Amino acid sequence: MSNRYIGKSIKRVEDKRFITGKGKYTDDMVLPQQTYAHIVRSPYAHALVKKIDISAALAIEGVVAVFTGDDIRNAGINGVPCGWQVNFKDGTTMKEPSHPLLVGTGDTIKHLGDAVAVVIAEDRNIAADAADAVEVDYEVKNAISNPFEAVQAGATPVHPEVAPNNIAFDWTLGNPRDEVDAAIAASHHVTTLDFINQRVIPNAIEPRVAIGHYDTTSEKYTLYTSTQNPHLIRLMMSAFVLGIPEHKVRVVGPDVGGGFGSKIFHYTEEALVVWASKQIERPVKWTSERSEAFMTDAHGRDHVTKAEMGFDKDGNVMALRVKTYANLGAYLSLFAPAVPTYLHGTLLQGLYTTPKINIDLVGVFTHTNAVDAYRGAGRPEATYLLERLMDLGALEMGMDPADLRFRNFIPPFDGVTQPGYQTQVALQYDSGNYEGVLKRGLEMLDYKGFREDQKEALKNGKLLGVGFSTYVEACGIAPSAVVGSLGARAGLYESAQVRVQPTGKVSVYTGSHSHGQGHETTFVQIVADKFGIPMEDVELIHGDSDTVAFGMGTYGSRSLAVGGSAIMKSIDKILEKGAKIAAHKLEANIDDLEFNEGKWTVKGTDKSISFGDVSLTAYVPHVYPEGLEPGLDFSSFYDPANFTYPFGCHIAVVEIDPETGKVKLKRFLAVDDVGNVINPMIVDGQIHGGLAQGIGQALFEGAIYDDNGQLINGSYMDYCMPRADDLPMFEIDRTVTPCPHNPLGVKGAGEAGCIGSTPAVVNAVIDALWSGGHQVKDILMPLTPERVWRAMQ
Amino acid sequence: MIPASFEYKRARSVKAAIELLADGNAKVLSGGHSLVPALKLRLNQPEMLVDIARIASLKGIKVSGKELVIGSTTTHQEIASSDIVKEHLSILAEGAGAIGDVQVRNKGTLGGSLAHADPSADWPALVLVSNAKVVLEGSGGERTLNAADFFTGFFSTALASDEIITEIRFPIPAKGTKSTYQKFVQPASRFALVGCAAMREPSGETRVAFSGVADAAFRDTGIENAISGKTLTAENINHAVSDTAKGQDIMSDHYASEEYRVHLAKVFAKRALMALA
Repeated sequence: MSNRYIGKSIKRVEDKRFITGKGKYTDDMVLPQQTYAHIVRSPYAHALVKKIDISAALAIEGVVAVFTGDDIRNAGINGVPCGWQVNFKDGTTMKEPSHPLLVGTGDTIKHLGDAVAVVIAEDRNIAADAADAVEVDYEVKNAISNPFEAVQAGATPVHPEVAPNNIAFDWTLGNPRDEVDAAIAASHHVTTLDFINQRVIPNAIEPRVAIGHYDTTSEKYTLYTSTQNPHLIRLMMSAFVLGIPEHKVRVVGPDVGGGFGSKIFHYTEEALVVWASKQIERPVKWTSERSEAFMTDAHGRDHVTKAEMGFDKDGNVMALRVKTYANLGAYLSLFAPAVPTYLHGTLLQGLYTTPKINIDLVGVFTHTNAVDAYRGAGRPEATYLLERLMDLGALEMGMDPADLRFRNFIPPFDGVTQPGYQTQVALQYDSGNYEGVLKRGLEMLDYKGFREDQKEALKNGKLLGVGFSTYVEACGIAPSAVVGSLGARAGLYESAQVRVQPTGKVSVYTGSHSHGQGHETTFVQIVADKFGIPMEDVELIHGDSDTVAFGMGTYGSRSLAVGGSAIMKSIDKILEKGAKIAAHKLEANIDDLEFNEGKWTVKGTDKSISFGDVSLTAYVPHVYPEGLEPGLDFSSFYDPANFTYPFGCHIAVVEIDPETGKVKLKRFLAVDDVGNVINPMIVDGQIHGGLAQGIGQALFEGAIYDDNGQLINGSYMDYCMPRADDLPMFEIDRTVTPCPHNPLGVKGAGEAGCIGSTPAVVNAVIDALWSGGHQVKDILMPLTPERVWRAMQ
Repeated sequence: MIPASFEYKRARSVKAAIELLADGNAKVLSGGHSLVPALKLRLNQPEMLVDIARIASLKGIKVSGKELVIGSTTTHQEIASSDIVKEHLSILAEGAGAIGDVQVRNKGTLGGSLAHADPSADWPALVLVSNAKVVLEGSGGERTLNAADFFTGFFSTALASDEIITEIRFPIPAKGTKSTYQKFVQPASRFALVGCAAMREPSGETRVAFSGVADAAFRDTGIENAISGKTLTAENINHAVSDTAKGQDIMSDHYASEEYRVHLAKVFAKRALMALA
């Protein structure tokens, strides 16, 4: 043990290579004899493929091969499967249409960008030219992109054979619907909100890239891919899609330039380049263009919802009733069914003691790109729903939105001396102090002062508003047995190997995958402190299925809570074995030893042995405990006992230009409780990034599909990402309520910013409008100036 | 995002550039900020690019007689930061500084923007409001057009395929002339949803031009006639802007419908005129 690193803002070790341009991303790799793939994509959302003519493409010099959906079909390759099964209310299995790698002749295009063929050439330019020369004869059909419209009678089916009514599953959670109906009916006031949580596009700075490499002599397949999840990609691709032996498959996710969820999933292009590499016996690289990323990286959100919250005359929440249509896109992506259900419905308790809750949800197919986990995944949608209702309910009842929350908060509980909080929607929260974050937020805001400023501003024709959002989320996913019972087709534990080298240097192998999170720093801080050695003596290795035994990847704010806990288990095993070796060398009783500052000392004496000496002894076991194996190297798997439940309070202050409707975000305050913190600077960075994305959804972002299923804002000229000059300096603080059930007491910080922030901004705009006499209930996100201006007319 | 293949030629002189252009399917490359994205999306597939960015005679800012003369390949940033421009026609520096971001301003050029004639670009309103003349040179020799005659519609100009813009000549306004450029950005592209350029001479003659509102930039003669010579009171301004953009073919997209664009045009015309008061 030492206390040199944990809790300190150590500068990120990985930044040296990232900010000097030395990062090594998949597209930086050039393998000998590498070829380049370009994918021919449908310009239509729904069309029958009548004919694919590749002869002109094949005739272009430098084209190596062209494969179409017909080749994939003839090779007997399966589609990409879904990793989570949600059952209909009546117990039948969800509708799971096949998602082929390429669409063949006689088959149907299901969304814009659906792939028909892959052209492989000696360089990227030739591949792009030849892709233009592939002639596809399409019979264009009507498309449907709105999930509510898709379930109406007569709507065009996306999968006529599998799901003729476009319903993938229906689902419910919580108290019986009739009990909730009765509680709503008995309420003194019901706040109702019909709204859309719009579709957003992840926009990782590094587009997806995949290189398939089949080695003819070893018969081994290697896939280099920009992924958050290399081992799971290997499992999916080998066992389900290509039917190739897992031990002959290596998947490497090298430096990855952001994912935000969109790189969790196994994509068709990954299997395609691996399969194609075997056909041509050369490596095949595919690099997504930005336009392809807009069209085909799994999108997020896209719910059409009606939500009703019933209050008694004092403002106590009595019931919550929700009906949601969740757009899943044309195919079921890896976690798609879990996002609107077990990551969304289960969060509808929020921070409140609401006694009756029910959600009724329909998962819907449309002629759009797949929707899956995007930073927060389900929890932002739940938070948006609850927090909009709280602020709107307060406005409607003439109550203060902060007071309304204090009245309804679940009282503080630490999960140790007090039990966890059992919700009406399946989860048991681990620990929380919800009043604490709101109190701190109000202090930072100077709430009383703000309300005075708001009145004063109005006298001068200015519309100021404040919006609140207090949230709880479930992350650190996930206890395997629990998620298994909820439909996960895999466990969600994590593995770690800690290998102490003979010289006392340490290599740590983790199944977590860093793609911006700074694991090479945070995880190393932990290991160095636990062993009492310098951080320079510890190296973190991740992202390669040949070096790391197994892994479930990084998403759902799980790396530290689950991956870090797996490392802690291996550390404990090493210290336990080390103590045996130390006791033998010191000729002392093991119970008389204490481990501190990198050495074992016989208590009360100056007799000690260093971590390095014990390490050397483990590998040069000349003087060694009888019966003890040599070596100092332990692997562990950690399966969490529960989810972790970070929470927080986000507050936005906005000013609206009444003439144009433009919203200026003047202040943004966030008080988050993510449990114990290993590196405050990295947590701050995660919060900042999450806030930018959450604010982005409120004010700027939103995918727009037209009635033909065309994505009309599929470029940065039209799709607005938040930029630094759109955002104020964030004012952030933390409270610390440790997680009671993992060894580090950590909860996870990757998604919190994105989960809490969106409703705070929208609530602030609504508050500003009400202050000016415009009693508007809702404005469709993103809150563009025109939409806000219209709300004032 | 990979352009179709093309031949690349760097012209050393205007004459050489014109000869290359006369050969056929070629496009002029200067800063590349409009052309390169179109190439990458394969919306434009010329056989040849003629790079004029290094022709020295096309670059620079000078005063010549009663005119401020700016070479066509002068960058937005050079104009935005030019003391000569700030002294004689500050609205150009103000407008150039409102274009895109630093990287865009460092590469994009005045001539390139005019030749592209994006109705939402900032330069068209600025050259219209300042009564500039656009000088073109081609196989048939040199000709000079009033800015109003140069723009012929949506993304279209009077520029022939073998012509390049060599310079833009701005009359230096009378001392005491006031000007302003008021811009409301499209948040993704940062082009103008509405860009309103306004100038008022000491005589009271007032010119108002818009980018972003209609299918091409335009001078709003309705506003000009209503306010020229009148004092800039709130009442007079409100009256003058009441029919803003009348008769124009108003654009509409997911950031601004026709109705909202016209509303914004009024708001920004009003703000511009107030700023001149």
